[in-house]
Amino acid sequence: MTDLFFYIFSAVALISAFTVVFSRNTVNAAMALIVTFLSMASLFVLLEAYFLAVVQVLVYAGAVVVLFLFIVMLLDAKEDKQKKISRISTAAAVIGFAILVMGVVAIQSSPTLAEASGGELAASQMTLKTFGNQLFTTYLLPMQVTGFLLLIAMVGVIVISKKAKQPQS
Amino acid sequence: MEINPIILKFVYAAVVVGVVMGLCSYAVLAERKVCSWIQGRVGPNRTTLPLIGSIPVIGKFLTRLGIFQPVADGAKFLFKEDVTPAHVNKFYFIMAPVLSLVPALTTVVVVPFGRYVTEAGEIIPLVLADLDVGLLFLFAISSLGVYGVVLAGWSSNSKFSFLGGIRASAQMISYELAMGISVLPVLMWVNAPGTDGTLSLFDIGQAQEGLWFVMWMPLSFLIFLVCLFAETNRLPFDMAESETELVSGFHTEYSSFKFGLFFVGEYAHMIVGSCVITVLFLGGWNPAPFLTWDYLGFGDGILGAVLSVGTFMGKMCASLFLFIWVRWTLPRFRYDQVMRLGWQYLLPLSIANLIVYIFVIYFLDTTSF
Repeated sequence: MTDLFFYIFSAVALISAFTVVFSRNTVNAAMALIVTFLSMASLFVLLEAYFLAVVQVLVYAGAVVVLFLFIVMLLDAKEDKQKKISRISTAAAVIGFAILVMGVVAIQSSPTLAEASGGELAASQMTLKTFGNQLFTTYLLPMQVTGFLLLIAMVGVIVISKKAKQPQS
Repeated sequence: MEINPIILKFVYAAVVVGVVMGLCSYAVLAERKVCSWIQGRVGPNRTTLPLIGSIPVIGKFLTRLGIFQPVADGAKFLFKEDVTPAHVNKFYFIMAPVLSLVPALTTVVVVPFGRYVTEAGEIIPLVLADLDVGLLFLFAISSLGVYGVVLAGWSSNSKFSFLGGIRASAQMISYELAMGISVLPVLMWVNAPGTDGTLSLFDIGQAQEGLWFVMWMPLSFLIFLVCLFAETNRLPFDMAESETELVSGFHTEYSSFKFGLFFVGEYAHMIVGSCVITVLFLGGWNPAPFLTWDYLGFGDGILGAVLSVGTFMGKMCASLFLFIWVRWTLPRFRYDQVMRLGWQYLLPLSIANLIVYIFVIYFLDTTSF
C-alpha cells in the first residue's frame, strides 16, 4: 500500500516538475509548481515526517506560489515565443547537466547508500518538541545563518523597489 | 462483526461532510433571515413542502421560518442554465470553484467536535483525525483556499473579476501572518514545560476546563477574530467581492452550479472558522468556565458525548451568528484601509501581544503557587 502511494506521488511530483520547466504558459507552470509541492508533502507524510509535510504546504504551496501567481497575473505574461538559445546558456546547461550526472553517479556509487535508505530516517516520527529542541540547540547556527540570509534578501528587495529620493534642487 | 477500519473512516468522513454541508445550507438561510430581521423585513417565508407544510400550526410555523427554503435554493442552483462565457480560460474557470470548496471541506478533518469518555475513564476525541500538528494542518490547507478565488478572477478574463482576484490574494497573505502569530500565546500555554509538545486541536480544547482562553487572552482572540473575517472574505473585508465597486468581484462571470460551489465554499469556510475559534478560545465542549460536564455528573458514556457535541455546536452557531450580525451591521473598509489595518496595526499588535504573553507565561510557570 505505502509503496503504491510512493510510486503515485513521486510520478506526480516528477511529471508536474517537468511541466513547470517546459510549460510556455506561466500560469500553468505556477499551478504545476503547486502540484509538485503538494506531492512532495505527501512523500514527507509517507516518511512519517508530518511536521515537514505541513510546513511544506503552508510555506511553499500556500504562500510562495500565491506571490508567484500574483506577479504573473499582474505582469500579464503571454505565452513565450521560441527564443534563440544563446551560446552562454547552452554552455551553462551542459555544465549543469554534467554536474547533475556526476552527483547521481556519486550518490549511486557511495557505499553508505544502502544502509542509509534501509535504516530509520532521522526525521521520521519526530514530535514537534524534538524538532523545536533540535532547531534551537544542535542546529542553532544554521538556522540563524538562514534567517540572516533571508533578512538580507528582504532588505535588498526593499532597497531595489524603493526609488531613491531625488535631492531637492 | 469486524468492519474494515478504512471503510469505517470513509463512513465517518461522509457523515461529517454531510453535516457540514447541511449546516452550510442552513447558514445561508440564517444569513437571509437575520439580514431581513436587521433590516426590518420578513425574509423567506413562502417556500413549503407539500406534506409537512400542510400539518396544522407546525407546518405553517416552519414555513414562516423558512425551514424549507434551502431545498429550493439548492434546486435552483442545480437547474439554472450553466453559462460559460466564450472569453474565459475554460480549464481554470471550471477548476476554480472546486478549488475554493475542497480546502474548506478538507480542514474539517482535524476539527474536534466533542469527546467520548469510555467506561474505563479513557477520553476519546470525537474528530476524524487527531493530528499532532492539527492546527498547522488547518492553517496549511486553508491557505490553499486562496487559489480558488485568484484563479476564478484570472480565468474569467474580465477586469472586475481580475481586480477581485488580485485583491483577494494580497489580502489573504497579509492577514495570515497576524492570524498565525495571534494564536501563539495559546499554544505556549498549552505546551507548558514538562508536557509532550502538541498542536492537536483536541488537546487545546481539553486545556480549557478551567479558564477559557478568550478570558485571559482577549487581545489574541480579537486579532484572531478580525483575521478570520479577512481570511473568509466576509464583510467588512469582502474586498474580493465588494459589489458596489466590482459588480460581484471574482465570481462575476459565474452562474448556476459553479456559482453555487463558491457560495457553499464561503459558508464552509465560515463554519470551519467558527469551529476553530470555539476550540481555540471559547472553551470547546466545556459548558462554562471552571465547569465541565464531568463536574455535573453527565461526563460519561453516550450522554456525555452528546452533551459535549451539543455544547460545541451551540457555541459554533453563536459565533456563526456573529459573522452574520457583523456583515449586516458594519460598512466595508476601503482597500488601502484593509492593507493598513493588516500590516501596520494587526501585525505589530500581535507581535507585541506575543512578547507580553511570553513574559506572563514565563512568570506563571516559574513561580509556584
